[in-house]
Amino acid sequence: MTSRKVEFWVGLFIVAGVFAFLALAFKVADAGAVGPSETYKLHAKFDNIGGLKVRSPVKVGGVVVGRVANIELDRTDYVPVVTMDMYAQYNDFAETSSLSILTAGLLGEQYLGLEPGFVETCDEGEEDCFETEILTDGGFIEDTKSALVLEELIGQFLFSQSDDS
Amino acid sequence: MISQIGRSALQSINTSGRATLMLFFALFAWPKFIKNTPLVIKQIYVVGVQSLAIIVVSGLFIGMVLALQGYTILIDYGAENSLGPMVALALLRELGPVVTALLFAGRAGSALTAEIGLMKATEQLTSMEMMAVDPLKRVIAPRFWAGFYSMPILAFMFSAVGIYGGHLVGVEWLGVDAGNFWAVMQASVDLHDDVMNGFIKSVVFAFVVTWIAIFRGYDCVPTSEGISKATTQTVVHSSLAVLGLDFILTVFMFGE
Repeated sequence: MTSRKVEFWVGLFIVAGVFAFLALAFKVADAGAVGPSETYKLHAKFDNIGGLKVRSPVKVGGVVVGRVANIELDRTDYVPVVTMDMYAQYNDFAETSSLSILTAGLLGEQYLGLEPGFVETCDEGEEDCFETEILTDGGFIEDTKSALVLEELIGQFLFSQSDDS
Repeated sequence: MISQIGRSALQSINTSGRATLMLFFALFAWPKFIKNTPLVIKQIYVVGVQSLAIIVVSGLFIGMVLALQGYTILIDYGAENSLGPMVALALLRELGPVVTALLFAGRAGSALTAEIGLMKATEQLTSMEMMAVDPLKRVIAPRFWAGFYSMPILAFMFSAVGIYGGHLVGVEWLGVDAGNFWAVMQASVDLHDDVMNGFIKSVVFAFVVTWIAIFRGYDCVPTSEGISKATTQTVVHSSLAVLGLDFILTVFMFGE
Protein backbone atom coordinates (compact mmCIF):
# COMPACT_ATOMS: atom_id res chain seq x y z
CA MET A 1 0.00 0.00 0.00
CA THR A 2 2.78 2.40 0.86
CA SER A 3 4.46 1.58 -2.42
CA ARG A 4 1.32 2.73 -4.32
CA LYS A 5 1.50 6.02 -2.45
CA VAL A 6 5.18 6.39 -3.27
CA GLU A 7 4.52 5.62 -6.91
CA PHE A 8 1.73 8.18 -6.99
CA TRP A 9 3.93 10.92 -5.59
CA VAL A 10 6.82 10.07 -7.89
CA GLY A 11 4.45 10.15 -10.85
CA LEU A 12 3.12 13.52 -9.74
CA PHE A 13 6.70 14.75 -9.29
CA ILE A 14 7.68 13.78 -12.82
CA VAL A 15 4.49 15.24 -14.33
CA ALA A 16 5.12 18.49 -12.46
CA GLY A 17 8.70 18.49 -13.78
CA VAL A 18 7.46 18.08 -17.34
CA PHE A 19 4.98 20.92 -16.80
CA ALA A 20 7.76 23.14 -15.46
CA PHE A 21 9.82 22.39 -18.57
CA LEU A 22 6.88 23.11 -20.87
CA ALA A 23 6.18 26.37 -19.01
CA LEU A 24 9.81 27.39 -19.47
CA ALA A 25 9.85 26.34 -23.11
CA PHE A 26 6.61 27.95 -24.22
CA LYS A 27 5.79 30.71 -21.76
CA VAL A 28 9.34 31.94 -21.12
CA ALA A 29 11.36 31.01 -24.19
CA ASP A 30 8.33 31.18 -26.50
CA ALA A 31 9.47 28.27 -28.64
CA GLY A 32 6.13 28.06 -30.43
CA ALA A 33 6.23 31.60 -31.76
CA VAL A 34 8.39 31.16 -34.80
CA GLY A 35 5.57 32.73 -36.76
CA PRO A 36 3.75 31.41 -39.79
CA SER A 37 5.64 28.61 -41.44
CA GLU A 38 4.99 29.90 -44.96
CA THR A 39 7.63 32.48 -45.78
CA TYR A 40 9.33 34.04 -48.74
CA LYS A 41 12.79 35.55 -48.82
CA LEU A 42 13.79 39.15 -49.46
CA HIS A 43 17.29 40.58 -49.58
CA ALA A 44 18.63 44.04 -48.85
CA LYS A 45 22.05 45.64 -48.79
CA PHE A 46 23.02 48.05 -46.04
CA ASP A 47 26.09 50.20 -45.49
CA ASN A 48 26.08 49.38 -41.79
CA ILE A 49 23.80 47.03 -39.91
CA GLY A 50 24.79 48.17 -36.40
CA GLY A 51 23.55 45.66 -33.84
CA LEU A 52 21.07 43.81 -36.05
CA LYS A 53 20.98 40.08 -35.36
CA VAL A 54 19.56 36.95 -36.92
CA ARG A 55 15.94 36.52 -35.73
CA SER A 56 15.51 40.28 -35.28
CA PRO A 57 11.98 41.22 -36.33
CA VAL A 58 10.96 43.09 -39.50
CA LYS A 59 8.14 45.47 -38.67
CA VAL A 60 5.67 47.59 -40.58
CA GLY A 61 4.29 50.24 -38.28
CA GLY A 62 5.06 48.03 -35.27
CA VAL A 63 3.53 44.85 -36.68
CA VAL A 64 5.96 41.98 -37.16
CA VAL A 65 5.83 40.85 -40.79
CA GLY A 66 9.02 38.78 -40.90
CA ARG A 67 12.34 37.98 -39.31
CA VAL A 68 15.97 38.34 -40.26
CA ALA A 69 17.10 34.95 -41.52
CA ASN A 70 20.73 35.54 -42.39
CA ILE A 71 23.37 38.28 -42.40
CA GLU A 72 26.35 38.00 -44.73
CA LEU A 73 29.04 40.17 -46.16
CA ASP A 74 28.85 40.58 -49.92
CA ARG A 75 32.31 39.57 -51.15
CA THR A 76 32.27 41.81 -54.25
CA ASP A 77 31.46 45.21 -52.78
CA TYR A 78 31.98 44.45 -49.07
CA VAL A 79 28.65 45.58 -47.68
CA PRO A 80 26.37 43.49 -45.44
CA VAL A 81 23.53 41.62 -47.14
CA VAL A 82 20.53 40.90 -44.94
CA THR A 83 18.19 38.06 -45.89
CA MET A 84 14.70 38.19 -44.41
CA ASP A 85 12.04 35.53 -44.05
CA MET A 86 8.81 37.40 -44.72
CA TYR A 87 5.49 35.88 -43.68
CA ALA A 88 3.64 34.72 -46.75
CA GLN A 89 0.40 36.45 -45.80
CA TYR A 90 2.12 39.82 -46.31
CA ASN A 91 3.17 39.34 -49.91
CA ASP A 92 2.19 42.63 -51.50
CA PHE A 93 5.04 45.03 -50.83
CA ALA A 94 6.03 47.13 -53.81
CA GLU A 95 9.64 47.32 -54.93
CA THR A 96 9.64 50.99 -53.93
CA SER A 97 9.45 49.96 -50.26
CA SER A 98 12.29 51.11 -48.05
CA LEU A 99 14.03 49.47 -45.10
CA SER A 100 15.69 51.20 -42.19
CA ILE A 101 17.38 49.88 -39.08
CA LEU A 102 15.61 51.24 -36.01
CA THR A 103 16.05 50.81 -32.29
CA ALA A 104 13.29 49.87 -29.86
CA GLY A 105 13.55 52.52 -27.18
CA LEU A 106 16.75 54.17 -26.09
CA LEU A 107 18.60 51.02 -25.09
CA GLY A 108 16.50 48.40 -26.85
CA GLU A 109 17.18 45.82 -29.49
CA GLN A 110 17.53 46.85 -33.11
CA TYR A 111 14.95 45.82 -35.68
CA LEU A 112 14.17 46.44 -39.33
CA GLY A 113 11.47 48.97 -40.10
CA LEU A 114 9.81 48.40 -43.48
CA GLU A 115 8.12 51.38 -45.09
CA PRO A 116 5.72 50.15 -47.78
CA GLY A 117 6.21 51.94 -51.08
CA PHE A 118 3.66 53.33 -53.47
CA VAL A 119 2.15 51.17 -56.14
CA GLU A 120 1.72 52.62 -59.57
CA THR A 121 -0.25 50.98 -62.28
CA CYS A 122 -0.34 52.24 -65.80
CA ASP A 123 -3.41 52.80 -67.85
CA GLU A 124 -3.24 51.41 -71.30
CA GLY A 125 -1.67 53.69 -73.82
CA GLU A 126 -0.30 56.05 -71.17
CA GLU A 127 3.19 57.36 -71.90
CA ASP A 128 6.16 57.94 -69.56
CA CYS A 129 4.82 55.48 -67.08
CA PHE A 130 6.81 52.89 -65.14
CA GLU A 131 4.77 50.20 -63.53
CA THR A 132 6.00 49.20 -60.06
CA GLU A 133 6.47 45.53 -59.36
CA ILE A 134 5.48 43.61 -56.29
CA LEU A 135 8.37 42.03 -54.40
CA THR A 136 8.45 38.25 -54.64
CA ASP A 137 10.71 35.50 -53.34
CA GLY A 138 14.36 36.44 -53.74
CA GLY A 139 13.61 40.09 -54.44
CA PHE A 140 15.90 42.94 -53.48
CA ILE A 141 14.86 46.05 -51.57
CA GLU A 142 17.06 48.80 -52.97
CA ASP A 143 16.17 51.69 -50.71
CA THR A 144 17.83 51.11 -47.35
CA LYS A 145 18.95 53.34 -44.51
CA SER A 146 21.84 52.25 -42.31
CA ALA A 147 21.86 51.92 -38.58
CA LEU A 148 22.59 55.00 -36.57
CA VAL A 149 26.11 54.74 -35.20
CA LEU A 150 26.49 56.91 -32.14
CA GLU A 151 30.16 57.69 -32.73
CA GLU A 152 29.53 58.93 -36.27
CA LEU A 153 26.64 61.02 -35.01
CA ILE A 154 28.79 62.66 -32.34
CA GLY A 155 31.55 63.19 -34.90
CA GLN A 156 29.14 64.97 -37.25
CA PHE A 157 27.84 67.08 -34.38
CA LEU A 158 31.32 68.16 -33.33
CA PHE A 159 32.22 68.87 -36.95
CA SER A 160 29.18 71.13 -37.44
CA GLN A 161 29.94 72.90 -34.14
CA SER A 162 33.45 73.72 -35.23
CA ASP A 163 32.11 75.12 -38.51
CA ASP A 164 29.94 77.65 -36.70
CA SER A 165 32.64 79.25 -34.63
CA MET B 1 57.08 17.55 4.71
CA ILE B 2 57.67 16.45 1.14
CA SER B 3 56.70 12.93 2.01
CA GLN B 4 53.45 14.35 3.44
CA ILE B 5 52.63 16.01 0.11
CA GLY B 6 53.43 12.74 -1.61
CA ARG B 7 51.21 10.80 0.77
CA SER B 8 48.23 13.11 0.33
CA ALA B 9 48.68 13.07 -3.44
CA LEU B 10 48.76 9.28 -3.50
CA GLN B 11 45.74 9.24 -1.21
CA SER B 12 43.67 11.49 -3.44
CA ILE B 13 44.59 9.49 -6.54
CA ASN B 14 43.64 6.35 -4.64
CA THR B 15 40.32 7.87 -3.59
CA SER B 16 39.38 9.00 -7.07
CA GLY B 17 40.26 5.56 -8.38
CA ARG B 18 37.99 3.89 -5.84
CA ALA B 19 35.22 6.38 -6.58
CA THR B 20 35.43 5.62 -10.31
CA LEU B 21 35.47 1.86 -9.71
CA MET B 22 32.45 2.11 -7.41
CA LEU B 23 30.50 4.13 -9.96
CA PHE B 24 31.52 1.77 -12.74
CA PHE B 25 30.41 -1.37 -10.91
CA ALA B 26 27.22 0.26 -9.65
CA LEU B 27 26.13 1.53 -13.05
CA PHE B 28 26.93 -1.45 -15.22
CA ALA B 29 24.23 -3.51 -13.62
CA TRP B 30 22.03 -3.69 -16.69
CA PRO B 31 20.60 -7.20 -16.27
CA LYS B 32 19.18 -6.29 -12.87
CA PHE B 33 18.13 -2.83 -13.88
CA ILE B 34 14.50 -3.58 -14.70
CA LYS B 35 14.08 -5.58 -11.53
CA ASN B 36 15.44 -2.65 -9.59
CA THR B 37 13.00 -0.08 -10.98
CA PRO B 38 10.79 -0.13 -7.83
CA LEU B 39 13.90 0.63 -5.79
CA VAL B 40 14.71 3.59 -8.01
CA ILE B 41 11.14 4.88 -7.71
CA LYS B 42 11.29 4.64 -3.94
CA GLN B 43 14.57 6.56 -3.95
CA ILE B 44 13.18 9.23 -6.29
CA TYR B 45 10.45 9.68 -3.70
CA VAL B 46 13.00 10.08 -0.89
CA VAL B 47 15.49 12.18 -2.82
CA GLY B 48 13.32 14.14 -5.21
CA VAL B 49 9.76 14.45 -3.94
CA GLN B 50 10.78 15.22 -0.39
CA SER B 51 13.20 17.93 -1.60
CA LEU B 52 10.36 19.59 -3.47
CA ALA B 53 9.25 21.88 -0.64
CA ILE B 54 12.65 23.47 -0.05
CA ILE B 55 13.27 23.85 -3.80
CA VAL B 56 9.92 25.48 -4.52
CA VAL B 57 10.08 27.86 -1.54
CA SER B 58 13.69 28.86 -2.29
CA GLY B 59 12.88 29.35 -5.97
CA LEU B 60 9.93 31.58 -5.14
CA PHE B 61 11.92 33.77 -2.80
CA ILE B 62 14.98 34.00 -5.03
CA GLY B 63 12.79 35.03 -7.96
CA MET B 64 11.07 37.65 -5.80
CA VAL B 65 14.37 39.06 -4.49
CA LEU B 66 15.82 39.17 -8.01
CA ALA B 67 12.82 41.12 -9.26
CA LEU B 68 12.97 43.54 -6.34
CA GLN B 69 16.72 44.18 -6.59
CA GLY B 70 16.63 44.35 -10.38
CA TYR B 71 13.74 46.78 -10.33
CA THR B 72 15.44 49.28 -8.01
CA ILE B 73 18.46 49.42 -10.33
CA LEU B 74 16.67 49.24 -13.69
CA ILE B 75 14.18 51.98 -12.78
CA ASP B 76 17.09 54.48 -12.65
CA TYR B 77 17.59 53.94 -16.37
CA GLY B 78 13.91 53.70 -17.18
CA ALA B 79 14.62 50.14 -18.29
CA GLU B 80 12.21 48.35 -15.97
CA ASN B 81 10.79 46.53 -19.00
CA SER B 82 14.02 44.53 -19.02
CA LEU B 83 13.10 43.08 -15.64
CA GLY B 84 11.50 40.00 -17.22
CA PRO B 85 14.55 38.90 -19.24
CA MET B 86 16.86 39.75 -16.35
CA VAL B 87 14.99 37.51 -13.92
CA ALA B 88 14.45 34.74 -16.48
CA LEU B 89 18.02 34.65 -17.76
CA ALA B 90 19.57 34.80 -14.29
CA LEU B 91 17.38 31.90 -13.15
CA LEU B 92 17.64 29.74 -16.26
CA ARG B 93 21.35 30.15 -16.85
CA GLU B 94 22.81 30.28 -13.36
CA LEU B 95 20.66 30.31 -10.29
CA GLY B 96 18.29 27.50 -11.25
CA PRO B 97 20.93 24.80 -11.77
CA VAL B 98 23.45 26.08 -9.22
CA VAL B 99 21.20 26.85 -6.26
CA THR B 100 19.23 23.66 -6.88
CA ALA B 101 22.47 21.68 -6.80
CA LEU B 102 23.63 23.38 -3.59
CA LEU B 103 20.28 22.84 -1.86
CA PHE B 104 20.16 19.29 -3.19
CA ALA B 105 23.62 18.58 -1.78
CA GLY B 106 22.51 19.90 1.59
CA ARG B 107 19.08 18.34 1.67
CA ALA B 108 19.44 15.03 -0.17
CA GLY B 109 23.18 14.47 -0.62
CA SER B 110 23.95 14.59 3.09
CA ALA B 111 21.02 12.25 3.80
CA LEU B 112 22.29 9.78 1.19
CA THR B 113 25.78 9.82 2.70
CA ALA B 114 24.50 9.37 6.25
CA GLU B 115 22.15 6.55 5.24
CA ILE B 116 24.77 4.59 3.31
CA GLY B 117 27.39 5.30 5.96
CA LEU B 118 25.14 4.00 8.70
CA MET B 119 24.37 0.92 6.62
CA LYS B 120 28.09 0.33 6.43
CA ALA B 121 28.65 1.01 10.15
CA THR B 122 25.91 -1.41 11.19
CA GLU B 123 27.30 -3.95 8.72
CA GLN B 124 24.15 -4.14 6.62
CA LEU B 125 26.23 -3.88 3.47
CA THR B 126 28.43 -6.76 4.60
CA SER B 127 25.43 -8.92 5.43
CA MET B 128 24.01 -8.22 1.99
CA GLU B 129 27.23 -9.53 0.51
CA MET B 130 26.88 -12.60 2.72
CA MET B 131 23.47 -13.22 1.13
CA ALA B 132 25.04 -12.88 -2.32
CA VAL B 133 23.30 -9.57 -2.93
CA ASP B 134 25.61 -7.02 -4.44
CA PRO B 135 25.16 -3.86 -2.34
CA LEU B 136 26.52 -1.79 -5.22
CA LYS B 137 23.57 -2.85 -7.36
CA ARG B 138 20.99 -3.06 -4.62
CA VAL B 139 21.83 0.08 -2.59
CA ILE B 140 24.18 2.33 -4.52
CA ALA B 141 22.84 2.16 -8.09
CA PRO B 142 19.17 3.01 -7.30
CA ARG B 143 20.25 5.97 -5.20
CA PHE B 144 22.55 7.22 -7.92
CA TRP B 145 19.88 7.02 -10.63
CA ALA B 146 17.29 8.62 -8.36
CA GLY B 147 19.52 11.63 -7.72
CA PHE B 148 20.51 11.80 -11.38
CA TYR B 149 16.87 11.89 -12.53
CA SER B 150 15.53 14.10 -9.77
CA MET B 151 17.85 17.07 -9.88
CA PRO B 152 17.19 18.31 -13.45
CA ILE B 153 13.45 18.09 -12.72
CA LEU B 154 13.96 20.05 -9.52
CA ALA B 155 16.05 22.64 -11.39
CA PHE B 156 13.27 23.17 -13.95
CA MET B 157 10.76 23.63 -11.15
CA PHE B 158 13.10 26.04 -9.39
CA SER B 159 13.43 28.23 -12.49
CA ALA B 160 9.72 28.12 -13.32
CA VAL B 161 8.65 28.98 -9.79
CA GLY B 162 11.33 31.67 -9.56
CA ILE B 163 10.11 33.35 -12.74
CA TYR B 164 6.56 33.37 -11.40
CA GLY B 165 7.95 34.80 -8.14
CA GLY B 166 9.58 37.55 -10.18
CA HIS B 167 6.28 38.13 -11.93
CA LEU B 168 4.57 38.37 -8.56
CA VAL B 169 6.87 41.12 -7.29
CA GLY B 170 7.58 42.88 -10.58
CA VAL B 171 4.11 42.97 -12.07
CA GLU B 172 1.66 42.59 -9.21
CA TRP B 173 3.50 44.66 -6.66
CA LEU B 174 5.86 47.11 -8.40
CA GLY B 175 3.65 47.69 -11.41
CA VAL B 176 5.79 46.65 -14.37
CA ASP B 177 3.51 46.15 -17.35
CA ALA B 178 2.57 42.45 -17.53
CA GLY B 179 2.59 42.38 -21.34
CA ASN B 180 6.05 43.89 -21.49
CA PHE B 181 7.35 41.61 -18.75
CA TRP B 182 6.45 38.46 -20.68
CA ALA B 183 6.94 39.74 -24.23
CA VAL B 184 10.44 41.14 -23.68
CA MET B 185 11.32 37.95 -21.80
CA GLN B 186 10.08 35.79 -24.66
CA ALA B 187 12.01 37.88 -27.16
CA SER B 188 15.31 37.49 -25.37
CA VAL B 189 15.16 33.96 -23.93
CA ASP B 190 16.12 31.25 -26.39
CA LEU B 191 15.04 27.63 -25.97
CA HIS B 192 18.37 26.19 -27.00
CA ASP B 193 20.80 28.78 -25.66
CA ASP B 194 19.22 29.34 -22.28
CA VAL B 195 16.78 26.58 -21.32
CA MET B 196 18.82 23.72 -22.77
CA ASN B 197 22.18 24.96 -21.52
CA GLY B 198 20.68 25.30 -18.05
CA PHE B 199 19.41 21.74 -18.39
CA ILE B 200 22.86 20.47 -19.39
CA LYS B 201 24.32 22.24 -16.38
CA SER B 202 21.82 20.65 -14.01
CA VAL B 203 22.48 17.19 -15.49
CA VAL B 204 26.23 17.63 -14.91
CA PHE B 205 25.64 18.86 -11.36
CA ALA B 206 23.24 15.99 -10.67
CA PHE B 207 25.89 13.50 -11.75
CA VAL B 208 28.63 15.09 -9.65
CA VAL B 209 26.63 15.76 -6.48
CA THR B 210 25.02 12.32 -6.37
CA TRP B 211 28.31 10.62 -7.13
CA ILE B 212 30.11 12.46 -4.33
CA ALA B 213 27.26 11.78 -1.89
CA ILE B 214 27.06 8.04 -2.44
CA PHE B 215 30.82 7.59 -2.66
CA ARG B 216 31.41 9.46 0.62
CA GLY B 217 28.84 7.23 2.28
CA TYR B 218 30.20 4.02 0.77
CA ASP B 219 33.80 4.94 1.52
CA CYS B 220 33.36 6.33 5.03
CA VAL B 221 35.11 5.07 8.14
CA PRO B 222 32.36 2.97 9.76
CA THR B 223 32.18 4.82 13.04
CA SER B 224 29.87 7.57 14.23
CA GLU B 225 32.72 10.05 13.84
CA GLY B 226 33.49 8.75 10.36
CA ILE B 227 29.87 9.16 9.25
CA SER B 228 29.71 12.72 10.53
CA LYS B 229 32.96 13.54 8.73
CA ALA B 230 31.72 11.92 5.53
CA THR B 231 28.47 13.91 5.66
CA THR B 232 30.37 17.17 6.09
CA GLN B 233 32.70 16.24 3.24
CA THR B 234 29.73 15.52 0.98
CA VAL B 235 28.29 18.99 1.43
CA VAL B 236 31.64 20.80 1.21
CA HIS B 237 33.02 18.86 -1.73
CA SER B 238 29.85 18.86 -3.79
CA SER B 239 29.29 22.58 -3.22
CA LEU B 240 32.84 23.37 -4.32
CA ALA B 241 32.58 21.00 -7.26
CA VAL B 242 29.30 22.58 -8.37
CA LEU B 243 30.64 26.13 -8.19
CA GLY B 244 33.88 25.22 -9.95
CA LEU B 245 32.15 23.23 -12.69
CA ASP B 246 29.62 26.01 -13.11
CA PHE B 247 32.40 28.43 -13.99
CA ILE B 248 33.90 26.02 -16.50
CA LEU B 249 30.53 25.22 -18.10
CA THR B 250 29.64 28.91 -18.27
CA VAL B 251 32.91 29.68 -20.04
CA PHE B 252 32.10 27.06 -22.66
CA MET B 253 28.41 27.91 -23.05
CA PHE B 254 28.27 31.70 -22.78
CA GLY B 255 31.97 32.60 -22.84
CA GLU B 256 32.16 34.23 -26.25
